[in-house]
Amino acid sequence: MFPKILIANRGEIACRIIKTARRMGVETVAVYSDADKDALHVKMADEAVHIGAAPAGESYLDMEKIVAACRETGAVAVHPGYGFLSENAAFAERLRQEGIYFIGPPVKAIEAMGDKITSKTIAAEAGVSTVPGHMGVIESAAEAVKIAKKIGYPVMIKASAGGGGKGMRVAKSDKEVKEGFERAKSEAASSFGDDRVFIEKFIEEPRHIEIQVLADGQGNCISLGERECSIQRRNQKVIEEAPSPFLDAETRAKMGAQAVTLAKAVNYVSAGTVEFIVDKEKNFYFLEMNTRLQVEHPVTELVTGIDLVEEMLKIADGQALSIKQEDVTLDGWAVEARIYAEDPYRNFLPSTGRLKRYRPPTEEASAQLVVRNDTGVFEGAEISPYYDPMIAKLVTWGPSRLAAIDGLAVSLDQFDIDGVGNNIPFLAAVMQQERFREGHLTTNYIAEEFPEGFTGALLDEDTMLTMAALACRAAFQLETRGFAHPGAMTQQHVTTERSVLIGDRRWDFSIPKSDESFVLMTSEGQPLLIEDGWQPGASVAATEIDGKMLYVRMDRITSGFRMRYRGADLVAKVVLPHVADLMRHMPKKSPPDMSKFLLCPMPGQVIRLDVKEGDIVEDGQPLAIVEAMKMENVLRAERRAKVARINAAAGDVLAVDAVIMEFEAV
Amino acid sequence: MQEVINALEARREQARQGGGERRIETQHAKGKLTARERIDVLLDPGSFEEYDMFVAHRATDFGMGEQVIPGDGVVTGWGTINGRLVYVFSQDFTVFGGSLSETHAQKICKIMDLAVQNGAPVIGLNDSGGARIQEGVASLGGYAEVFWRNVQASGAVPQISVIMGPCAGGAVYSPAMTDFIYMVRDTSYMFVTGPDVVKTVTNETVTHEELGGASTHTKISSVADAAFENDIETLLEVRRLFDYLPLSAREKAPRVETNDQIDRREDSLDTLVPENANVPYDMREVIEKVADEGEFLELQKEHAGNILVGFIRLDGQTVGVIANQPLVLAGCLDIAASKKAARFIRFCDCFDIPVLTFVDVPGFLPGVAQEYGGIIKHGAKLLFAYAEATVPKVTVITRKAYGGAYDVMASKHIRADVNYAWPSAEIAVMGAKGATEILYRSELGDAEKIAARTAEYEARFANPFVAAERGFIDDVIMPHSTRRRVARAFETLRHKKVDVPVKKHGNIPL
Repeated sequence: MFPKILIANRGEIACRIIKTARRMGVETVAVYSDADKDALHVKMADEAVHIGAAPAGESYLDMEKIVAACRETGAVAVHPGYGFLSENAAFAERLRQEGIYFIGPPVKAIEAMGDKITSKTIAAEAGVSTVPGHMGVIESAAEAVKIAKKIGYPVMIKASAGGGGKGMRVAKSDKEVKEGFERAKSEAASSFGDDRVFIEKFIEEPRHIEIQVLADGQGNCISLGERECSIQRRNQKVIEEAPSPFLDAETRAKMGAQAVTLAKAVNYVSAGTVEFIVDKEKNFYFLEMNTRLQVEHPVTELVTGIDLVEEMLKIADGQALSIKQEDVTLDGWAVEARIYAEDPYRNFLPSTGRLKRYRPPTEEASAQLVVRNDTGVFEGAEISPYYDPMIAKLVTWGPSRLAAIDGLAVSLDQFDIDGVGNNIPFLAAVMQQERFREGHLTTNYIAEEFPEGFTGALLDEDTMLTMAALACRAAFQLETRGFAHPGAMTQQHVTTERSVLIGDRRWDFSIPKSDESFVLMTSEGQPLLIEDGWQPGASVAATEIDGKMLYVRMDRITSGFRMRYRGADLVAKVVLPHVADLMRHMPKKSPPDMSKFLLCPMPGQVIRLDVKEGDIVEDGQPLAIVEAMKMENVLRAERRAKVARINAAAGDVLAVDAVIMEFEAV
Repeated sequence: MQEVINALEARREQARQGGGERRIETQHAKGKLTARERIDVLLDPGSFEEYDMFVAHRATDFGMGEQVIPGDGVVTGWGTINGRLVYVFSQDFTVFGGSLSETHAQKICKIMDLAVQNGAPVIGLNDSGGARIQEGVASLGGYAEVFWRNVQASGAVPQISVIMGPCAGGAVYSPAMTDFIYMVRDTSYMFVTGPDVVKTVTNETVTHEELGGASTHTKISSVADAAFENDIETLLEVRRLFDYLPLSAREKAPRVETNDQIDRREDSLDTLVPENANVPYDMREVIEKVADEGEFLELQKEHAGNILVGFIRLDGQTVGVIANQPLVLAGCLDIAASKKAARFIRFCDCFDIPVLTFVDVPGFLPGVAQEYGGIIKHGAKLLFAYAEATVPKVTVITRKAYGGAYDVMASKHIRADVNYAWPSAEIAVMGAKGATEILYRSELGDAEKIAARTAEYEARFANPFVAAERGFIDDVIMPHSTRRRVARAFETLRHKKVDVPVKKHGNIPL
């Protein structure tokens, strides 16, 4: 085995690789940019080498610096993780020339599968089923329109060198093809330095199901079952699971066989993933092959019990696969939720900054539940704008799909992040949805289930009562503690009636005196036993109400709490009943009308303004492009209006909610 | 006897009705509670004892003889907030528009006198049209009697004013002299002269809200310490503030039991200060992570954001916090920040509340506006307040402590008791760049040389050790241990005793 390896990556994946390497007795070298000086992967590795400035192009993508770091530290092999140089054939080649092992596939396989057009041709020739489309490079928007018409709408425009949703556009008309073609081209150029795009048939009600393969240098190749990654937002995977709730054994075997065939066709070695798109008739089409470790690999690890990183290291070391196809069994169910620094209430716009609080749930492993949290951050770390905004991958395993989902829901409730906007409420909401729980997934799931965007989950009656009761107990705890003041008068006026107000709802409780347990009586005379679980200052209450264990995020506010639970975000006021009665006199205030303004939806840079003062704009018309996290976001008019004033210019860096332009009604 | 009892009940009932059903409805329609409803929200249920319920005015001019309403437009008495004694007056807008008559003033004076005598705070709920014109100079005399008592009570017992409706003309000066002013958004305003007079005299057109609303006074004028959405929120927030305060200068602030461990480590503070000295960070995070249970009651939040003031608890004990905020104007001191912090420090000193200072200050804000505005005297207020305060003072320098601002921000030299610095501290006469440009003026043309000089200066002076070598800093502490170190420092200061020279009072540069 290699004595020392270098991990040419950062964040959670670097940390995850270090863990396995350490277990195997392999020394690790981390690399880091200016932005990652204090990053977790740097702290975890045995050695760390600084490789340049924060932009990836000057550090993590600079292969010369990686090679130099190997030389400097004596690392004999490089694990590239995912992203960055992981699928860069030139990098693998450069390492080969230097006599450094690449913990990944051979250069030729990367080359063959790296280009989406070439890979499809190879797959088709190998007898793998593929999606109808135009494989050639498209020169102009006009040609794109012609091709799109031939394939039939809707079509998908994709960057040849792309991945991860960047440079991808769906078009339903000639007009959208024209617009999407240009945009995809420019995004592809800026993201990958390669502006080639292609067009293919867009499959409706599609599921994204991928097969994990492992191949050694001796010609052995096995498949490790599938992962379903249908829950995506703008083609970015959000929730993944293994196995898929959709596949039967027969389809699984067929897909596995095709994936192995393809891997063998390109003499694949190492771990790889063959992505398929599956329609509702269980027809599957080859999408692409990822010649690297996938982000969502942990779900496969949890159901197969195989450590993929360990296998990659062994394979790169020239060892033969110790596992045979018939040894591969899928046990139980694993679900992964990607926790991103993005604000679900603001259309998932990226959020960056300091993790003022970061308290993940405790990792555990039992026969009933496994909780695994792959992360590269810690409390006080920075989510930098330079890289992927993923905070962590929270993965649970259970004997059944619902056990894994419920375990994930509880773990998400326990996950305490503050300082950076994050999608936990959204993920928690999905865990509650019947459709998700039943496994009726498509890649349009999020668009269909959240057509108006995410506005928070609703809780059922019983749960609302539970929330009200918890708020009541916590507030009572604070108040009665307050009475311990010295200098208090002898005759106290402690009353045991409290009202909880959440939105327009009201619950009245009485608190019978008891020294042992805390019981609330509802106005209907129903007793609720609330076990101690919240301490003043704690941001998560772990409490048992009537025998049900629950974890609720609690923040103190004026006479009450902001409570976050299962994707719901509530303000609970706990007051005396007569105060609750007086609430009806309080003025209802509506927030100021901001519809007359175009606000910058996220911190970012204005790339272009498409209108000028005095223009009349139509509903849906592009007004400006703001770039954030390397994504170009088109800001559109919400109604017909006249542009009264423009307060920003191209190149301006704006804060969130900065007024870009003001409108007048026409 | 029953008859007499019935008569009493009837008179009480009449007094409780205030200005009557119709006026109460009007008050509610404005989104405002009545004087008695407000007291019910503010005080512990059933604790209020009313005085002078039957007091009536004795005026006869302008037909006032025919309009007599028991209580005369203000409800006064005492009650408890979380069990602790407090005197309260609540002006009743439904009775003569809450206008202040001679007897109305006498009622207020009575409870203020009791408060001072018995050592308990006064909370005034203001909702008044102003002086009762019909009583003329008698009303003015009433105001002045209240003003005089405000001054007598100042520093003896905490005084809190809540503006819950109009408060105009001379009436503003009573709240102005109390310790804290809370306002209700959209339904309260304060000004010396109203929009009509302003229009006549200066020809400026301005609304009540713009001239003296909660937003104006919390952001621009700094007259108010905080504002909240409605009557109930505001009164509940007053309860919260009250819990931090001692009953009088004769007593300690209450200690609250907490399970928050005093030796709680906050490892994340070790990564708070950015490497680049020009990159800001949020000082609130330090305060919240040091405080018990993460609770920080911030005052004057929207005014002079370059300095933060407010209360926290440490091991259950109230502590006043003053902190430079690098997020706003790089945390430098200007006129507004100096005034804001100075007044807060003086409050803490009056009531024996220890003072904790977090320092990250690049200096005083330069500029013509600042100099013309008298930054010299206003900055001196802060310096004076810190130097004058005899309460326990603990200071933590997190990053910059440059120049005169270093001296001002509770340095050892002006008698802070314990001074700590984080390893990231830079205690120096100024930043490296500025210093190099002055010291090596002749080399300014040579960028390379200057860069080397700057680096040299940084290495030598941009650290806490030069100050620590001289004992100006008692210790360089790890950020993660700040809570423990600060709490222990205050514990040693619990019985601090300082003798001040015999004098009537100092002469703070007002």
